[in-house]
Amino acid sequence: MSTMVQAIRLALHVAEERLGVTDIFGEDVGPPLGGAFTATQGLKTTWNSPLDERGIVGAAIGLALAGQRSVAEVQFCDYIFNSIDLLKQGGMIHWASNGDWNCPMTIMMPVGSGIRGSIYHSHSFDAIATHIPGFKIAIPSTPREAYGLLLSCIVDPNPCLFLVPKALMRVRSQPGEEIPGEPGDDKALSRLIDAPLGDRSKWQPQWPDTPDLFIKLGEARTVRPGRDLTVVSYGRTLPVCTRAAEELVSEGVEVEVIDLRSLWPYDWAAVKASVQRTGRVLFVNEDTEVTNFGEHLLRRTVDELFYELLAPPKLLAGAHIPGIGLADNLEMASVPQLASIRTAMLDLARSQP
Amino acid sequence: MSSGLRPVRSATEADLSAELLVRMHGLMLKARLLEERLIQMYKQGDGYFWIGGPGEEAFNVPLGLLIDKGSGPQHDYCHFHYRNSGTLLAMGAEPIDALRQMKNTATDPYSGGRNFVGHYSRREWNVVPVSSPIEVQYSIAPGTALAQKRAGGRGISIVTGGDAGTAEGDFATCLVWASRPANPLPLLIIVTNNHYGISTRSEGQHGETRISDRARAFNIESKTIDGNDPGVSYRELAAAMDYVRTERKPFMLEAVLSRLHGHSSASGANAVLDEADCLKGFERTMEERKLMTRAQMDTLRAEFTLELQEAHKKVRDEPQPTGDTIFDHVFSERDLVRGDQ
Repeated sequence: MSTMVQAIRLALHVAEERLGVTDIFGEDVGPPLGGAFTATQGLKTTWNSPLDERGIVGAAIGLALAGQRSVAEVQFCDYIFNSIDLLKQGGMIHWASNGDWNCPMTIMMPVGSGIRGSIYHSHSFDAIATHIPGFKIAIPSTPREAYGLLLSCIVDPNPCLFLVPKALMRVRSQPGEEIPGEPGDDKALSRLIDAPLGDRSKWQPQWPDTPDLFIKLGEARTVRPGRDLTVVSYGRTLPVCTRAAEELVSEGVEVEVIDLRSLWPYDWAAVKASVQRTGRVLFVNEDTEVTNFGEHLLRRTVDELFYELLAPPKLLAGAHIPGIGLADNLEMASVPQLASIRTAMLDLARSQP
Repeated sequence: MSSGLRPVRSATEADLSAELLVRMHGLMLKARLLEERLIQMYKQGDGYFWIGGPGEEAFNVPLGLLIDKGSGPQHDYCHFHYRNSGTLLAMGAEPIDALRQMKNTATDPYSGGRNFVGHYSRREWNVVPVSSPIEVQYSIAPGTALAQKRAGGRGISIVTGGDAGTAEGDFATCLVWASRPANPLPLLIIVTNNHYGISTRSEGQHGETRISDRARAFNIESKTIDGNDPGVSYRELAAAMDYVRTERKPFMLEAVLSRLHGHSSASGANAVLDEADCLKGFERTMEERKLMTRAQMDTLRAEFTLELQEAHKKVRDEPQPTGDTIFDHVFSERDLVRGDQ
């Protein structure tokens, strides 16, 4: 059972061996560290860049223009704010050249709260990412999703943002959600692909044979079915929503949980069909709530499904504050947690017209 | 004016053939008339905005002549800014296409009516899309140079920008990434220094004696040259390019030159009379060296003027893009990496 970070590493190995990836680079991405979260250990095309996010995004664009497939990592999304105009460049190259040039690149970065990362290691990026047209955006919630979505980003002929929820990086696959070919035993996988502590100069990973498993961008996943309420989430809050939904079974409430998986393109058909069945919808994410991506989904729900709703559609998101404070109580109060999600679900399920 | 690191030997004046000088003159003249026509189009309402490079012809034309034009890493990648019309002409672009972009017609081959004039883009020549923010190209150019370093051969990346833009962090990014000891890159870093940032003189904003001095800190070979002299520009560009092609290392070339119609139409686009005019200077030289007569040059000017007049008339009748095309090319289905065309 891989963790998400191991799944990313397995996908990158497949990508450099079979899918034409030439460069996996960023700050501390190459040896000796292999990534701040170890996502790039043991890979053969990794290299360390200067501590310069603009340079990283710029180099990825340049490599793409020269017909190379690269995966560039920005160590935390909190540090990519100085590169927004370069992201805009990447997102507009195909459009601005009237279809002449492409910009196929994947920019990978950890996002969100959950590790007590304080003000500059807890930001979300989904709201800003969805304000940069021209990018495809994926955000996994399980190791298998991370594997399949990352491979889809890598082979896409367009620029892609692969947002990795930090809080889920060490979470293991659930039974039945493994990546085909990975050893079932956690320790066995670790022995194969985790770098040892200390001197790694002679260490070589032993890669298990995992397939070209692509999870299509723009295809949501129904995590659990339910008749009373639709909950649409992604990233860190998705498994919390699932857990809250499971708890509500004892209250007689059946919640349908949808993992959006990619934010652009996104699977409106799946959301719409579910809301048409349940008549109630809650969107949950942890980015700040003003001009939040969930607000777009709310607007579309009102526009297209207003007369089919049994209750006002709701958004539960992060507080509109400049950052997430370090202290436990501050972080817990800043972004949706199990209790607030559970309460929001129950209130909406019991809301009567 | 070398930085004194290691001399890059340029050809002597005598090495430039009469044929080359005549050719450069023709392209410089055409580039100037093209810019004047574009300004006229703006003033007549045949375009919303003008920005370009009148005054930079003595540098931009030799640059275009020396570029190894083509597609893919074996040829030069061009990361230009919006003052490179003379370079594009020297590479073989048709002047009418610049007029099409000015008039934002659907036939504009660079952006289909989506972008300002001077914002060139041509994949078959490795001219990557020019964008309006100054200096972003300096962060992107190391990426193509990286691919070229790996590919081998003599292809290089060339990035151009102005002096004021070197204040942006991207310029420092370019210097750092081009000169990493782990992997120095075949990148020609060009700064055209007209001593202006929009309407502000550089003297009050920049303390460095020469911009090329900044290369020294990174052990990048560099030179500051007179970009108003096409002979000097040609020789120094040829030498710098040869160095980058052969050594697979970066070089910074700062060309000091004039800006003859201000920043853009935002500042009026009127002729500036107190700066050296490289075309006038070169025409005097051509006469003195008896390579061309005034009458020949006047004839050529009349021919080009007529050609541009006709092009202007033609472009006026060409269609604008329709509103229903705005969603075209947001995403690509074509995978160029895989070899789709």
